[in-house]
Order: sequence, then C-alpha cells, then structure tokens
Amino acid sequence: MKKSVIFSALTIAGLSASAAAAGTLDDVKARGKLNCGVTTGLVGFAAPNADGRWEGFDVAVCRAVAVATLGDENAVEFVPTTGKTRFTALASGEIDMLARNTTWTLSRDADLKFTFVGVNYYDGQGFMAPKDLGVASAKDLDGATVCIQTGTTTELNLADFFRSNNISYEPVPIETNAEAQQQYLAGACDVFTTDASGLAATRATFENPADHVLLPEIVSKEPLGPLVRHGDSEWGDIVRWSLNAMITAEELGITSANAAEMSAGTNNPEINRLLGSEGTLGEMLGLSADWAKNIIMTQGNYGEVFENNIGENTAIGLSRGLNSQWTDGGLIYSPPFR
Amino acid sequence: MTIMTEPPKEAFRLSMLINDTRYRSLTFQAIAAIALALIIFYLANNVATNLAKLGLNIDFSFLGAQAGYDINQTLIPYSSQSTNLSAAFVGILNTLLVAFLACITATIFGVLAGVLRLSNNWLVRKLMSFYVEIFRNIPVLIWILMIYGVMTISLSGPKAYLGAEPSKELFLGLFAFTNRGIYVPAPIWGPGSMVVVVTFILSVIAVIAYRRYATNLLYRTGKLLPTGLPTIAILLIPTIFMFFVMGQPIGLDLPDPLANRFNLRGGLQIGAPLIAIWFALSIYTGAFIAENVRAGIQAVSKGQTEAAAALGLRSARIMSLVVLPQALRVIIPPLISQYLNITKNSSLAILVGYADVTATLGGITLNQTGRAIECILLLMLFYLIISLTISSVINVYNNSIKLKER
Amino acid sequence: MVDSTKSVAFVRTEDAPSLPPPSSAAGPVKWLRENLFATPANAILTVLSLIAIYLLLRDFLPWLLNGVWNSDSLAGCREVLQGATGGCFAVLTERWNQLLFGFTYPTDLYWRPTVAFALFFLAAAPVLFFDLPRKLLIFTALFPFIAYYLIWGGSIWTPILSLVGIIVGYIVYSRLVVSSFAAGFFGAILAAVIVWIVGGSFVPDGFAVEGSMRSVPSRDLGGFMLNMMLGVTCVSLSVPIGIALALGRQSSMPLIKFVCVIFIEFIRGVPLITLLFVASVMLAYFFPPEATVDLFLRVVIMITLFSAAYIAEVVRGGLAALPKGQYEAGDSLGLDYPQAMRLIILPQALKISIPGIVNIAVGLFKDTVLVSVISMFDLIGMIRGPIPASPDWNGVYWELFGFASVLFFICCYGISQYSQWLERRLATDHR
Repeated sequence: MKKSVIFSALTIAGLSASAAAAGTLDDVKARGKLNCGVTTGLVGFAAPNADGRWEGFDVAVCRAVAVATLGDENAVEFVPTTGKTRFTALASGEIDMLARNTTWTLSRDADLKFTFVGVNYYDGQGFMAPKDLGVASAKDLDGATVCIQTGTTTELNLADFFRSNNISYEPVPIETNAEAQQQYLAGACDVFTTDASGLAATRATFENPADHVLLPEIVSKEPLGPLVRHGDSEWGDIVRWSLNAMITAEELGITSANAAEMSAGTNNPEINRLLGSEGTLGEMLGLSADWAKNIIMTQGNYGEVFENNIGENTAIGLSRGLNSQWTDGGLIYSPPFR
Repeated sequence: MTIMTEPPKEAFRLSMLINDTRYRSLTFQAIAAIALALIIFYLANNVATNLAKLGLNIDFSFLGAQAGYDINQTLIPYSSQSTNLSAAFVGILNTLLVAFLACITATIFGVLAGVLRLSNNWLVRKLMSFYVEIFRNIPVLIWILMIYGVMTISLSGPKAYLGAEPSKELFLGLFAFTNRGIYVPAPIWGPGSMVVVVTFILSVIAVIAYRRYATNLLYRTGKLLPTGLPTIAILLIPTIFMFFVMGQPIGLDLPDPLANRFNLRGGLQIGAPLIAIWFALSIYTGAFIAENVRAGIQAVSKGQTEAAAALGLRSARIMSLVVLPQALRVIIPPLISQYLNITKNSSLAILVGYADVTATLGGITLNQTGRAIECILLLMLFYLIISLTISSVINVYNNSIKLKER
Repeated sequence: MVDSTKSVAFVRTEDAPSLPPPSSAAGPVKWLRENLFATPANAILTVLSLIAIYLLLRDFLPWLLNGVWNSDSLAGCREVLQGATGGCFAVLTERWNQLLFGFTYPTDLYWRPTVAFALFFLAAAPVLFFDLPRKLLIFTALFPFIAYYLIWGGSIWTPILSLVGIIVGYIVYSRLVVSSFAAGFFGAILAAVIVWIVGGSFVPDGFAVEGSMRSVPSRDLGGFMLNMMLGVTCVSLSVPIGIALALGRQSSMPLIKFVCVIFIEFIRGVPLITLLFVASVMLAYFFPPEATVDLFLRVVIMITLFSAAYIAEVVRGGLAALPKGQYEAGDSLGLDYPQAMRLIILPQALKISIPGIVNIAVGLFKDTVLVSVISMFDLIGMIRGPIPASPDWNGVYWELFGFASVLFFICCYGISQYSQWLERRLATDHR
C-alpha cells in the first residue's frame, strides 16, 4: 500500500505542470516558465556550463523569447531533446518551442506540421579529415570510411553527395559527438561529417587542431532555426519577431550597451518602433511595449550573441560568413519593424 | 469447494452475483472487462484527440518512400534509393545475424567459464569468478561502449596495411586486423567448385555414418574401432582429391592493400561494429550463462557422481554420461532465456554504429520521417515475434524434458 | 661391535619429534602443487591465466597509478603527463558533483538527496534483514514521503496529504477486511482518493508556501542519483504489481488470466529501450490533451511496468513451487481466496521468490542507464553528454566510464552478495 503513494505524489507533481488554456502564450504566462527544447549538448549552440547554466547560440533564442513573454531571461526550462524525441516533444506540447539546430525542410513543415519561424544560423554539412590523409576535396574520398553523427539530415545529404559524384563510401553512424570524435581520432574512420559549425567546434577542442582540415565542399544547405507547432500563429509570431528583433537590432546598431540610452528616443523612427518608444508593435503581439528592448538588453543583438558564443574570439572560432547581415553580403535579413 | 450433495435448486437472486462462488467469478470478469474497455477507450480517445488536434495521422505509407541513407552492412541488396521498408529488413537481418552469432559464442564462453569456475586450479577459479562478477555487475551499455573503445584504440587503422610499403604485413599473408574490421580471404567459386563442395558434404555424412556404426558395434559386440584417424581421413582425402581432379576450382580473394588509398579492398570484411557488438554481447551474456552452467552442474546430486564412480566410470565419462545430461535439464531453460536477452540487448547496437533494426527503423528512419508512433509500433512488433518464437521453443523443450513420473 | 659395559641398549624414552613434511608436501609449495600445478593441463591453465593477468595489468596499472588528480582541464592533464601514459582523473575531482547529482540540481541543495540516500538504508534495513525489530517498518512506511519531500522539495502538504490519505485508507481497510477483502481493498482506495481530493481543496495556497523547501523540478534530477531513484522507485512499485500479475496469471477466471498473460508476454518480449522510446516519444499522446506528464514520471511508469512483468514471472515460479497441499489446506480451513493467499500461499511463495526478485532488481538497476538514450542525464547521460561537450573536458572517456563501472559494481555486487546470503539463510532443504 505504502508504495502507491509515491505514484500519487508524483502524479500530483507531474500533472501540476499542466495548464489548460487556449493559446501557448497564455500557457507560458500561466506557468511562469517557457519550456524550450534544446540539444543534449553541443558546444557553442546549447550546452550547460560548469555551474549547470545553459549557454549558447540557440539558448539565447530561448532566453530572448522568455524575456519577451515573461520579462525574465531565467524563466526558461531547458528540455534536452535528441534527434528522435525533439519532434514528439514539440508536437505533444511538452515544449513550447524548439531551438535545436533543426534544419528547415518542406516535409517537416508540411508533413510533421511545424512552423519554422526563421533562420538563426545558415549552416551546411562539411567534412573534416586529418591533414596527413592528403585529401584536398571531398570528391577524392572514393572508398573512404565516413563517421556520421546521426540524428539530423546528415545521413541523407551524405548519401546524395556520394551518389551524385558516383563514388562509394562506408558509413559509420555514431550517436554522440564524443564517440564520433574518439573513432575519428583513432583512425577508425577517415573523415568525420556533420554540420560545418559542429566540425569547427569539435576541431577546436582537439589536442592538435592544426593536424586536421575542413574540406572545402559544403554538401548541403542547412538553414537552422527555431520552430513551433502548427495551429498557434500568435505564438509563432512572438518567436519569429523575438528572433527578428535581435537581427534588426544589429542592423540598426543597437547593442546591449546602448539599448537603454536609445530607448529614450532617437531620430530613427524604426529604432523607436523597435524599442517601443514609438508605435504599438508590442501590443500587436500581445507583449509589453519594451519587449524588444528587454531582449536586446539581456541577450544583446544578433551579432553580439554570435560573437559571445561561437564567434572568432571563442574557442569555436566561426567566422560570420553567410551569417553576416545582408548589408555586409550575408543572408541574415529581418523584415522591417513597422 | 465442491458440493458433495445434490444442490437444492435455488431461484437466482441478485446477491448471488457477489456471494455465490459460482457466479462471483463471472461478476468479477464482467467488471474487469468493462474497466478494461473503458481504459482502452480512454487511451485510444486521447490518442485520437491529440493527433487530430495536431493534424497528424497514423500512416504507414512512409515505409514505401525512398529511405535516402546508406547502411554499412547489408545482407540483402540495398542502396540509398531503396525504400524505408527494405532498410527495416536490412536492419532485421542484421539483428538476427548478430543475435545468432552472439548466442553461439556466448554459450561457448559461458560453458567454458562455468566449468572452469569449478576447476581445482585456484588461480583459474578466481579468475573466472572475477570475470563473472565484473560482467554481471556492470551495465551492458557500459560494456558495449568500453569494448568498442578498447577495440578502436588497441587496433591500428587500415592505413598501416596500405600502400606499396606498408608498416604492417598481412597476418600469414591472409588476414588483416584493423579497427575498421577484420579482413579475411573470401573464397572464389570457380566452375566445378560445386563438385568439391558436394564431395565435402558427402564426406561429412560418411563420417557421421561411420561413427554411428562404430558405436553400434561397440554396444553389440564390445569391439572398439578407432575413430580419430579414420574421421580425419574420410573428411579430408576425398575432398582434397576432388579439388585437384577438378583443377583447383576454388581460389582465394585476398585483402588487397593497393586497390584503394583509404581501405583494404577484396576479401571478406567483418566490420568493426559487428565484431564489437558481437563480442560485447557474447562476453557479457557469457558471464550469466557461466552462472547457469555452474548451478546446473552443482544441482546434480553428489550421489550420482559417486554411483557412477562406483560403476567404474572414468571422470570424463562421469561428466559426459551422467552429470551433463542431468545438468542440461537445469541449464537449458535459463540458457534460452539468455538467448532472448541477447536478442533484446542487441537493440543497443547503434552505440557502436551497427545498423540493426533499432538503428534503421527505430533510428534513422524515425528521425528522418518523424513517424515516431508507427516506427516504434513496428519495432515492438518485430521484437515481440522473435521473443514469442523463442519462448515457444522453451515451452516445447520444457515439456519434452519433463521428468516422466511413473 | 657392541660395547658390553654399556649393556643397556639405547632405549628412547620419548617420541622423536616428528619431522616436518618434505617441503614439496607442505606450506606454500604444497598449496601451489595442489592448487595450481596438479596436472599438466592444470599447469598450462595456470600459465595461461598468468599471461592473461599480465596483459590486463600491463596497460591498466600505469594508467591508474600515473593518473593526474589535480587539473582544471584535459589540456592541463596533458601538460602534467608530458606524453606519458596516465589517466586524467582530475575530471572526477572537478565534476564529481555533476556525475552524482546531475548538472542542474542546485548545488546548495546536495545535502537533501544525500540525507534521503542515508535514510534509505535505514528504511531498507528492516525489509532486508528480518532480525531487526519489526517496529522499524514504520519508518520504512514513512520513508517514501520523507524522500519525496527531501528530493523534490516544494510544499510539505503534498507528502503529508498523501500520507494522511494512505493512513485513512489503511484504517478503512483494517475495519472492512474482516468482512471481505474486496470491500476492504476498494474501500481503502476510495477513502484515500476522497481524502486526497477533499484535502487538496482544503489546503489553502498560503499553506503551500509555508513550511516548504525550495522545489526542484524532476527535470533537474540527474547523475547517479537518478539511477538510484529510478531503481528504487521502480522496483518497489513493481513488486505489488508483479504479485498481482502473477496471481492474475494463475487465476481461474479466463478473462483475467488472458489479460495478465498478454501483458506479461508483451512486456517481456520487447527490449526495455523500445519501452523507453514509447515513454519518450509515444506516451505523451496517451495522456489527455491538456496535460503534460513530465518525462521522469513517464519513464517511471514504463520501467515499473517492465520490471513488474519480470517480477510476476519470478513470483509465479514461487507459487508453482508450493506443494498443492498448501492450497488444499487453505480450502479445507474454509478460508476464502484472499485469505488463503494472504495467510498461507503468498508468505511462502514470496519467501521462495525473494532471491529471484533481488536478481531482477539488480538487472533493473543496471538497466536504468538506458534512460541516457532518451536524453535524460543520468550517470551515463552525463558521461556521454554534457561533460565531454564542455570545452575543458572534451576527449575524456575512460576515466568517466571507469568511475561509472566502479559505482555500479559496488552497488550491484553488494546487492548480489546480500542475495546469496539471503538464499543461504532461507534455505530450508537439507543437503
């Protein structure tokens, strides 16, 4: 008999998290926490630090949405998801949004019924090989053994690339980055393939990073971005514009340092609209007027987030490349705030 | 609770549903049936509501769609343009292969360790106890990962064997041991090779017949025929003879260090993932089987051994004629359930990159299509079929060895 | 020549001191001969074993003895080692807390699970050792509530309310069971549920804040603590369910028997990992649309069902091993089914099954590491996820797995030694 009480108590604990309301925004507000799905750990994008606090590029998006909706960057419950569990977690309502380097594809949009609200990182699948292998191009890899980190679109891109170049390979699917790295370093595979950003992050932690090269081919388009469920467009709007606010802030030169000052009012009407000193944009989204200002003050603009987490001054050392602002020849472009 | 006298005919009253043992079980079952139906309805309704709300549906048509990914070990023809269904079949065959291989080697490890644990040799006994305890008390997942890791770092990459001046020679000129797999020569079947094969099969049959004849002769007349040398002779001489008569039709395809700059080509490659999961499952389950074997041998009453000794049997004969046949009765049922465990534990194969059914259907296919419910239902169905097949074997066996009481 | 003056022949008045046995038949040499080199085959085995031991230790010992225990990153370790073989055990000294408690459990609250862990031994003792005073079982009954409160925190009213519900249920049960077991059983459940519902609405929100400890969501549990909790919770929950299933499987009612058989065979037929996939990707669809049940609870449900099916088979073995006379004796005393089961059959059947149940418990405890596959950060989850994902410790592998192996070995070996002791203790046959 005594055993059953654990169950009931747990049920109380488990179910207490639930709340029935019409929209996701109301759910989040009622709960006081945003449930945000992230990876189980990818340096630079989402990983807990030594104190257990989640940090990273994707984490910043979660925190931005939490700031916009709840006004507190710590009001986020980070839910680690794997490649298998992420879509069910989102579909079943366990998480409110997914910010987990997930590639935007048609089938995920139409078949799995998710809405990608934008792109926060333009990635592509690349290859890493030891320098002494003497490979200059991925097209030289005929007959090579390839370690693949499973769980994204990697396997499919790889198969397409080798098939279209009419060369053969031996795939070794590996579940975690740590194990893939071990196999690669021990020579159990010739090349390691995953998203180029992940490769750079992995190589940065090697004992001798200079002994390894990233091959020039990028074999796929991987627009990674946050996504939400179909059927709640209001919530989708909030996530979309939280991301866009960070992007626009960089474009307009608003940083975490000068946001407070600028919010007092400037000559640029778009800055004023973004920071809430003019117009009613926040109200239209169902948020406070200073929602975007809060995001920028706590998380910084897109450029700051990039530099702090994965930029050239971090261990990962990614250059902006495609992820520069459109004004600098990149693809990062936000629709206007008006 | 039978009623001895003729029961008086009673009129049926409603209270009899509870108080009368004849009706009570019906009442309970009716209540249980209703409760069960309600629970099932509730769950099904929840699923339907949830899926409808999300605009999803249960749909198995993804099985016919192109899989789009490659698999490193395929026992049936498969390419990335094949369907998800054939990817699942590749996975199923891989699961069955590794489970089958691991069952055999686990039995060998287990019987060896189990017998050696009862050895007179102190060191061997302790060593075997150490083996059994350390494998039984650490999770199989840790063992699989560690064994794969040890294999990866202790064997060299194929690079050492490659090129015109390799740093390592092929073992006996035939084998290469790398951390991507073991390369062994593969036979090339030339014309006329069938004759050699058929000769060999016939020789095997002849050996069996000869041994049976020798045993019969021994039992009938007490005359002992030699078996060792004639067996080897019957087995090999005709085959070798035919091999040369037919003009050496069977050749060997050796691993070739020069054909490719990344890997050895040619021969038969047994991939490192297969070896790792095979070895890990065998040695892990071997520890459990060793315990079953030991328990089985110890369960045979000491009087049996003494009786056999009193009859003048030598100790090897005591083991093979008296102890083992009785111990098997105890050993085999748990042994088969260990085989079941091997099959189920093989679902961890993805940890070493082996493409079993959990890795294809329940892994990459699930990831790519997002059809979680369908994939997992199919996965469970497959394991269920395998397990039920093995369990029914256990039941048949249990019935056949039941002590016939007279 | 005999000297005549000394006519008395030499007569020994005391025994000569017995010579020590030849060195080959005594002491270490004898032991070596008998135990290591009795026959040529035996000698070969010994030599082979020595070679095996040498090979095992050759690489392992330097790694262990040369290990670096003080460093703040793998790079630091490599600097200290200067290319020599040696483990980087500094990762253990720096991250031990994450390995044991997970990375999100609040650091200042570590004392709570630690206290719960210590109390667990106190609570488990009377269950494991029959000689202890039976009164200690009261503490065992209270332990789940205390542990729940310690680990999760939150309002103290949750555990108190559950406890009150159970107590009321128990009182109702002991009143009603005299007339009928079914009445007692269902009455107890009804009473407990009524108390929970009524009590739940009575306890005002204000109270919830008072007397509450900081609450920790179950998502923040991790590390070895998570393995322990899953193991303990699921085993203790699954024992009663397993017994019920075993009885159901033996039942004479075809429907009940059918359902139990299907359930047991289904669960035993699929690997635990697929059930965990069900917990992580499917179970969410089975709950009402507005509810989200957290992953910990879903996993507990699936693992409990899993181990219940295995325990049911063990208990069934125990039931089958009882002589038929015991059942008939119960009938002849005029006991009804619940009485016969409670008073005669189950006490004996469970006694036979205890070693089997302990084995299942060990297996289940080991299997809890599979939750790492569904993105829970248990001990193995930490080892494969966040720790190597941090830039400082990227590339550490063997040290962490070695640590996990040692922890699991200590726990499981301890339990299996207990099980063997128990088996000897309970042995009633005379061989």
